[in-house]
Amino acid sequence: MEQLSGAEMVVRTLTDLGVKHLFGYPGGSVLDIYDALFQHSDIEHILVRHEQAAVHMADGYARSTGEVGACLVTSGPGATNTITGIATAYMDSIPMVVLSGQVPTSLIGNDAFQETDMIGCSRPIVKHSFLVKHAEDIPEAIRKAFYIASTGRPGPVVVDLPKDVQNPQLKFPYKFPETVNMRSYNPTTRGHSRQIKKAVSAIMAAKKPVVYVGGGAVASEAQQLVTDFVEKLNLPITNTLMGLGAISGEHEQFLGMLGMHGTYEANMSMHKSDVIVALGARFDDRVTNNVTKFCPDAQIIHVDIDPTSISKTVSAHIPIVGAIDTVLEQMMQQIEESKEQLDQQALAEWWQTINEWRSRKCLSYEPSTDKIKPQFAVETLYKVTKGEAYVCSDVGQHQMFAALYYPFKKTRQWINSGGLGTMGFGFPAAMGVKTAFPDAQVAVITGDGSIQMNIQELSTCLQYNIPVKIISLNNAALGMVKQWQEMFYSGRRSHSYMESMPDFVKLAEAYGHVGMRVDDPAELEQAMTDAFAMKDRLVFMDIRIDPAEHVYPMQIKFGAMDDMWLSKTERTS
Amino acid sequence: MRRILSILLENEPGALSRIVGLFSQRGYNIESLTVAPTDDETLSRITITTMGDDQVIEQITKQVNKLVDVLKVADLSEGAHVERELMLAKLRANGNATREEVKRTVDIFRGQVVDVTNSLYTVQLTGPSDKLDAFIAAVRDTTEIVEIVRTGVAGIARGERALRQ
Repeated sequence: MEQLSGAEMVVRTLTDLGVKHLFGYPGGSVLDIYDALFQHSDIEHILVRHEQAAVHMADGYARSTGEVGACLVTSGPGATNTITGIATAYMDSIPMVVLSGQVPTSLIGNDAFQETDMIGCSRPIVKHSFLVKHAEDIPEAIRKAFYIASTGRPGPVVVDLPKDVQNPQLKFPYKFPETVNMRSYNPTTRGHSRQIKKAVSAIMAAKKPVVYVGGGAVASEAQQLVTDFVEKLNLPITNTLMGLGAISGEHEQFLGMLGMHGTYEANMSMHKSDVIVALGARFDDRVTNNVTKFCPDAQIIHVDIDPTSISKTVSAHIPIVGAIDTVLEQMMQQIEESKEQLDQQALAEWWQTINEWRSRKCLSYEPSTDKIKPQFAVETLYKVTKGEAYVCSDVGQHQMFAALYYPFKKTRQWINSGGLGTMGFGFPAAMGVKTAFPDAQVAVITGDGSIQMNIQELSTCLQYNIPVKIISLNNAALGMVKQWQEMFYSGRRSHSYMESMPDFVKLAEAYGHVGMRVDDPAELEQAMTDAFAMKDRLVFMDIRIDPAEHVYPMQIKFGAMDDMWLSKTERTS
Repeated sequence: MRRILSILLENEPGALSRIVGLFSQRGYNIESLTVAPTDDETLSRITITTMGDDQVIEQITKQVNKLVDVLKVADLSEGAHVERELMLAKLRANGNATREEVKRTVDIFRGQVVDVTNSLYTVQLTGPSDKLDAFIAAVRDTTEIVEIVRTGVAGIARGERALRQ
């Protein structure tokens, strides 16, 4: 059998797992692994400028491909810098493996140089973690980490590797573990057949049904099944922020996103519905508004692969534990076999009501020839990219504008930090996407606040030629914070202004990229077209937008789903 | 309502910290916790007593079950079960009258005196938690309690029901 050192086993196991890209940053505790990477590997390593970006890159890579994203960092500060990225992936159920160096086992607990208890630090935000104490255990630990990260409800897994375990002088027999067998870990993917029958009966008896789809449909690649299901029964469908693309944003039956900044028609349909079919969504507080007033007449069918998501915030009447794709297949079969039919007249009336809600055109905004409206900027991006770009967002007003004004045709096209709401996520995530799909159009929608949280990665983009397009909607303020301060704090703008904005054009140029500034709406489309025409250049578009815009609709705090602000002056109740 | 959860999990380093961490992270309460390896030394068994309504207990059970190291979780309080806790109590025992009264109380509760000095009794008691509470209440009026240590509850289902791999 082949003899390998611990460090070599790390690299070899990753290779045998099919890992092509590794995002990382070297340091004392991982030098042996970096040396093995240098000597033996075909894995492309991307050296970031801050470990947080490495994790977000791996995350963007995972979100766009569905594969496990991998990163490698050193102990201590290297490891702690990954925490925000790990938490981001955890909240959004993204498959990821973080390999962190650790001080030698003999020094663990001694407050050694660059020591932190990475297993302890990351414990609340990982699906699982491994501290490897013997080199022989490395292949199995990494194999298990990838398996756990990518199966069931996906999530990040940390593998902590003490320096002595990597020792290049000590060789051990290496064999890739082909299979994983864990008696304590067997996620359920198939729904219980009696529950499936109950669910189908409930749907068939509905007069005002609505389908509410979240990130679980993305994770299980269920876009086609979701579309078939709603088309077969002519059901209205809404997506969560994480579920966008689970049905084409241009589909006739799609009501738009729901929740805090959801569309009027999506939120009204939820509130007035009699049956909600929740698929891979978790009734998050940014969806439900006040749970005690949530959809008073609805019977809730809740399908999720994670039993803890079911009846956590809102009680499900018909819980089904299983993967969305598998359960939908089961439901489709049950629909075929069942003699029950939907009440077509009731459904037609329901659609009529929904279309009346739609006619309110909640996403309309005051166009301007003078100032660039953020909504217009997103619509222009949609037009220029023909709706086919990967859109990676940061967090804030621009994120909501992107979610609402760029209809996504397919899953994995929309990449954003939904659960944790991590500013600084968008740019490195886009770099991960571009690494996975070098020929695709990859746009970062960001703001002047978010982009400055990981702007150092402009340097990485130059080194590895990662020509993403940065669409920075610059309102010289922390827009969402400012919106809340204007709405709920009598306009007291406490620390929501950026008072010394850099010259983003010069900054981009300083890093060897192209910078553009646009402030005239008439020039925006041409400028964006020019930017995307520069296929091999990173372009930073500093777009000066109207700073007065708020994101609407917006649910009214403590209210029900149907309590919304529709503009600065108009509310539903 | 008080519940007793029984957990079977991998006897791995860090497994206990995941359980304890989960409880604090999600705002659940731990009243007592006992842990030790089982007859199969690759497995540990934990008994946790906690408080919560049905919805909270369901969520706790599901969350614990979701941990990768956990094989099985059962709510023992759902059915007939046996629960035991061991307590060691160091009690002031000065003068004949006090010494006799303490000894009598210990006998009534079927405890044993496991250590003696001329001014102290150390008493061992086992039973359900409320029996131990009752002993403390009874002896408190008679003498000074110097210190008390309790193991927390260990529990097992009655009859055929068993938490096995």
